[in-house]
Amino acid sequence: MSAKLDRLIRQLKESFGERIGEPVLAFGQVTIVVPTGNYLDVVRQLRDDPALRFEQLMDLGGIDYSEFTGYSGKRYAAVSQLLSITHNWRLTVKVFAEDDEFPVVASVMDIWNSANWYEREAFDLFGIHFEGHVDLRRLLTDYGFVGHPYRKDFPLSGYVEMRYDPEQKRVIYQPITIEPREVTPRIVREDGYGKGGGRA
Amino acid sequence: MVTEKAAAVPDVKNYTINFGPQHPAAHGVLRLVLELDGEVIVRADPHIGLLHRGTEKLAESRTWLQTLPFLDRLDYTSMIPSEHAYCLAVERLLGVEVPIRAQYIRVMIDEMARILNHLLSIGTHALDIGAMTMVLYTFREREDIFDVLEALTGIRMHGAYYRPGGVYRDLPDQMPKYKENKFKNAQTVKELNEARSGSLLDFLEDFTNRFPVYVSEYHTLLTDNRIWKQRTVGIGVISPERALQKGFSGPMLRGSGIEWDLRKKQPYEVYDRMDFDIPVGVNGDCYDRYLVRMEEMLQANRIIKQCIEWLRKNPGPVITDDHKVAPPSREKMKGSMEELIHHFKLFSEGMHVPAGEAYAAIEHPKGEMAVWAVSDGANKPYRIRLHTAGIPHLAGVDELVRGHMLADATAVIGTIDLVLGDVDR
Repeated sequence: MSAKLDRLIRQLKESFGERIGEPVLAFGQVTIVVPTGNYLDVVRQLRDDPALRFEQLMDLGGIDYSEFTGYSGKRYAAVSQLLSITHNWRLTVKVFAEDDEFPVVASVMDIWNSANWYEREAFDLFGIHFEGHVDLRRLLTDYGFVGHPYRKDFPLSGYVEMRYDPEQKRVIYQPITIEPREVTPRIVREDGYGKGGGRA
Repeated sequence: MVTEKAAAVPDVKNYTINFGPQHPAAHGVLRLVLELDGEVIVRADPHIGLLHRGTEKLAESRTWLQTLPFLDRLDYTSMIPSEHAYCLAVERLLGVEVPIRAQYIRVMIDEMARILNHLLSIGTHALDIGAMTMVLYTFREREDIFDVLEALTGIRMHGAYYRPGGVYRDLPDQMPKYKENKFKNAQTVKELNEARSGSLLDFLEDFTNRFPVYVSEYHTLLTDNRIWKQRTVGIGVISPERALQKGFSGPMLRGSGIEWDLRKKQPYEVYDRMDFDIPVGVNGDCYDRYLVRMEEMLQANRIIKQCIEWLRKNPGPVITDDHKVAPPSREKMKGSMEELIHHFKLFSEGMHVPAGEAYAAIEHPKGEMAVWAVSDGANKPYRIRLHTAGIPHLAGVDELVRGHMLADATAVIGTIDLVLGDVDR
């Protein structure tokens, strides 16, 4: 498997050179970071170049890096998982949105139609706007929902709750009444803490 | 004259109807807004999210182990394989080795789930388009598999059985038995318990011997049935190129003639040691996908038999002995201070997963199910992205039903094997 991934990395360097960031091989998976400006050209070539031939976009998801330990870069990224049936290899393509306040990334819906719902979902949950998407509606949250729930600054329990009001005889929204609590705190230990080797 | 005639033709407009969210053929809470021209569907717009539970967000506030049971609740018709993708992703980040016996158990359970899933899929598909009896037969067989899962995990459906580093416990030596009561006399109970007298593997082997006969019964009921063929042949056709473009996987892709199965092409666990075939369709319609699923059940049955044979001969550990990841045995924990500390740390703070990102995909019964796990080194995931096979398939419904009659919409929803827990997450 590893020889194949080395071949993929060589091919990526040959095809794109300076247009993409350095391909990284980690945990059996090749990742490239593509600058926003080159994104559409690069992904189109990833699909059409016979030496790469990524026919399928298996997944596209947003991520909010704002609370990532030791990270200081652009906040939002759209991460695609590509699959080539011809060559039987996978590639992760990451593109960061330039503006943290109003994140915009180019839509790949014309290149892979399957991107349609993935981009709607990333827009819904992270507020990443996909330029060129023809139908960028919310996908998973309620009709009339406010905010983007998977952003790190959105509380787990949300802002509003729903109940039936017997006086108005309809379902109403009201500010939440539950207190958010954290049972197990989030801890980051020194390097190599969880690496294993703790055999007795 | 001409204008008068034109005025006499009634103004025909497209009609929009709402299908669901509570509809028996919608397989859950799916709302489908259908635009009709007469009885022909012009456009279908699925509205999803009515079962959205925010699993990805919830995972961020729980430890790596506490997240695991959520995965069962995604696709609630074939529960345990979803845990498999999660465990593979976490194991990849941790770099732990899974004992070989655990790998065989995982493969066996995954294939049981494949039978479980396809039985429900075919049974309810037939139910939706008018063959009521089918679901009664397939649910009879599902019951046997649920009995195995109950004996193994304690729960019929949401097992929470896999762990990063192995599986929770070894296969039990005995099956629960029926007891006499006022509805079942001694003779009936004796007959019912016959297959249950041995271990779990004996019961499962008995099932795998019976199962091909059941599949031939289904073939008798459906495969040459005129009504079934009229409702499925040539319905919901998708070409291989479009299926790739739409991100389809699993039987939806193989039904169109593309031989792509992660179990063969990118083998995980011990699938490379298994002997099985990948069935593919020709026309890419509902009928071909039905045939693919039927054959997949028999192939799954073959794999289960091979696993049973191996598991009988090769005892061994079923979970890693790395105690930063998996707990020590109760016995050791009670006797040694260090093991006690490991146990306490693991169940209070949880395991720490090295920083990194891993995408692990498995061949779920519905298609490619994958977990993209991002860790920043903490005891909780930084982000878990769940890719389930149902999303691209439901997104493709518009293309599959366009130009078909309204009644074919149920046939297409049946053929994409829709489970809303899987789509909404």
